[in-house]
Amino acid sequence: MMNNRLVDMTSEVSKGRARVARIGQRALVYGTGSAAVIPMLGLAAMIVVLLREAIPAIRYNGLGFFTSSVWTIGNEYGTPVATGGALHLPGEHYGAWPLIAGTLESSLVAIIVAMPIAVGAAVILVERLPKSIGAAVGLCLEVLAGIPSAVIGLWGIFSLGPFLARTVYPGLERLPNVFPFGIFHGGFVSNGQGLLTGGLVLAMMIIPLVASTARDLLRQVPTLTKEGAEALGMTRTESFMTVQARWIRSGVIGAAVLGLGRALGETIAIALVTGSVLKLTPNIYGSMTTIAAAIVTQLDSAQGDPTGFAVRSLAEAALVLMAITLIVNAVARRLVKRFARQTQLPVGRDAR
Amino acid sequence: MTLEAILSGASPRPQVQKERISRGRRIVDRAWWGACAISLFFVVVPVVWVLVSITAKALPHWQWSVFTENSTGVGGGLLNAIVGTVVISVGTAILAGCVGIGCGIYLAEFTPRSLTASVLRGATETLAGIPSIVFGYCGYLALVVGLHWGFSLAPALVVLSLLVVPYIAKSTEIALHQVPLAYREGGEALGMSMPYLLRKVVLRPALPGILTGIILALAISVGETAPLIYTANFSNSVPTGALIHEPVGYLTYAAYTFYDDPIPAAQHLAADASLILAAMVLGLILCSRLIVRLTQRYSPDRHSRPSRAERRLADRVGSGSLPAPR
Repeated sequence: MMNNRLVDMTSEVSKGRARVARIGQRALVYGTGSAAVIPMLGLAAMIVVLLREAIPAIRYNGLGFFTSSVWTIGNEYGTPVATGGALHLPGEHYGAWPLIAGTLESSLVAIIVAMPIAVGAAVILVERLPKSIGAAVGLCLEVLAGIPSAVIGLWGIFSLGPFLARTVYPGLERLPNVFPFGIFHGGFVSNGQGLLTGGLVLAMMIIPLVASTARDLLRQVPTLTKEGAEALGMTRTESFMTVQARWIRSGVIGAAVLGLGRALGETIAIALVTGSVLKLTPNIYGSMTTIAAAIVTQLDSAQGDPTGFAVRSLAEAALVLMAITLIVNAVARRLVKRFARQTQLPVGRDAR
Repeated sequence: MTLEAILSGASPRPQVQKERISRGRRIVDRAWWGACAISLFFVVVPVVWVLVSITAKALPHWQWSVFTENSTGVGGGLLNAIVGTVVISVGTAILAGCVGIGCGIYLAEFTPRSLTASVLRGATETLAGIPSIVFGYCGYLALVVGLHWGFSLAPALVVLSLLVVPYIAKSTEIALHQVPLAYREGGEALGMSMPYLLRKVVLRPALPGILTGIILALAISVGETAPLIYTANFSNSVPTGALIHEPVGYLTYAAYTFYDDPIPAAQHLAADASLILAAMVLGLILCSRLIVRLTQRYSPDRHSRPSRAERRLADRVGSGSLPAPR
């Protein structure tokens, strides 16, 4: 009798508890689930916002947006004209070729400079130097990744640019022209604000990512394979080329492409150190700009366009930039994922 | 070599001889390590150079009044910008922390290997790859102009949060994945409900990883300029806490725009802002290192890597100069 009541009571209690737990679980799943949807919604919202703003500009600018090199707001005080439904100022013309080319050029310079430096540093760090130095350099990489780009930009203007223009570029310019397209030539080495300086600053920003990835991968190379190389009488260099290099290759390439994506979108440092000129540079020292830097430097004057068409054209430029970085990142993710699945290694984890 | 030869033991013993490395190979070896050393030089020197040069630029004109006065456009201090930076980054950390941790928990715990999860994860990673200026421009178009919020705190917070959510989500997910399966199984065997299990068992060992993610988000939001210029703009007064219709000042803006001001006092402010920014970022990096170190010290498997004091103690115990601790 007594027993029975007890059982009934506990079952009542446990039923209530189970219900609370079920509600709690449901709340948790829906709560975290809605948080998980937010990045996707944000991404979709950004694409929609940019497209809505840019469509009149896409119609009016046409393909000339990708081929023309003239970027002008036109007659700011003229009467607005409507062409194909898009209201704009007379003489307004937007050609983004210098921006697109500048974006690709500066990132190319950055990746060419950053890759060997980052990998070389990681190799000597892991293979030859003691752990304490490794820790110090690790801190250096973290700091390098963490320094705000505005600060790096200021340093590029005040310290790096003038130094390069005074001591390095004149020498480079006198070198025999062994490079294709005569990229180091054209005579004028400028004041240190230009493509090469911008590319070097971008390289500094990629290096932490690539170097820390290469370092982490090198640390995971199995000792046995290295011993095998040693047993065959290889020098350490040969052992690196045959064993470690193959082990880290695709991971490092993936990290480099991720870094490339970051370089393509870097804004403030580039706006500061490249001179921000909406033109193609005649040689590798000249002033230029990128899409990202142009958006940040041109929006002020674009707001002066009463028809809003300049803002629309900048939205089109932003859309192009977004498309480029999305493609690059998709490629990088595919490379990294394939590699990570093969080796179960963390790849492209940020140094920051 | 034939089988008979081996069996009869007549085979000559393999000649192990110390082969001399040819001169060419040695030169290549030396050149390679030299090149690596030079690369290391090019990694370390810019960092030191940046830190030294911004310090050298700021220190000669350094005045402690930067912490107490507002900027005036022609000089003054940086109080408004410092407070603004703190407000923006802490606000971002709270907003993005809630969303990012939720996102990470959902991806790690509820849909680990489904199509939904891979779509959501893909979106998060894609978001991480979009340039910050595109975030800023979208925020300007949609929030500042579209919703008539004006240059203010709210659009800045929304844009920056969206920017850093992927980082927090990723670190939360990784931290949760690293919690041993046995913990979960133990909790479930005790009949814990899922929320209770998460709160009491799973989240605690994952906490350091989640915290480092949030510190990373803080560091990013302290250092970003591009998404803020056209959302928060700049203001010469300390933020009052109004969410919309009131611009907010922040340090990176001061560094980015004051440097070419014709007035020397304003140029000095740009240098000061750079120095303060660098100090803030360094502080955050040290914070995250401290967290990692503390967790290692107090983690259950710390004995895999004894501290220096413990090693010394073990040596002295081993050599008999100290009695073994009971």
